[in-house]
Amino acid sequence: LTVLPFRANASVDDLIAEFTGGADLADSGVDLTAPEIAENGNTVPISVDAPGASEILVLAAGNPTPAVATFAFGPLAGSRMASTRIRLAGTQEVIAVAKLEDGTFARAAKTVKVTIGGCGG
Amino acid sequence: MASGVKPRVKVPKSASAGEVVTLKTLISHPMESGQRKDKDGSLIPRSIINRFTCDFNGQNVIDVKMEPAISTNPYFEFEALVPEAGEFTFTWYDDDGSTYTDTKPIEIV
Repeated sequence: LTVLPFRANASVDDLIAEFTGGADLADSGVDLTAPEIAENGNTVPISVDAPGASEILVLAAGNPTPAVATFAFGPLAGSRMASTRIRLAGTQEVIAVAKLEDGTFARAAKTVKVTIGGCGG
Repeated sequence: MASGVKPRVKVPKSASAGEVVTLKTLISHPMESGQRKDKDGSLIPRSIINRFTCDFNGQNVIDVKMEPAISTNPYFEFEALVPEAGEFTFTWYDDDGSTYTDTKPIEIV
């Protein structure tokens, strides 16, 4: 009897590999702004900025489902910057991966300390 | 359709041709993550807005794929290039198939 492993949630590495096709990640090229300490994990302001990016993937490594959002910039994007508010289940690393127009990828990560978790568990 | 969904957007009334303007959008929506339990301990099913797009005169500005980790009342701030007078169209796509749209004109001065 073979049992296929069932995983409801793809891991962070799988999500990044799916986004990059397994390409190397540079350490510079994308800026991720997030607070060091978030009192309320239900609404944590974050901002990503990657000059020359066509897409930016945002992940929260410690959430039940790590995917957060993917920003794709169109021909009339005035910059490659976007801000939003996200949920964090607890203290964890937030990761941004940018796909740059030259075909390379860049990664940034920031640890956010969360006082009250945001997934209502 | 989630009840009481109301989009709000902030767009400058005018810009000069070729200017980059900042746009802010907010839409009231519970963004039920699918992780919460009700008082009987059963999971409340996921019900979120899963995509947001902004276009200007038919050309795309930004297209966001959204997951349950986006907060209640999703907020986005981003920048758009305004090459000519026209209209911004903002569209939100709900899990239940509904779409919500808002439009805002901008003049060239």
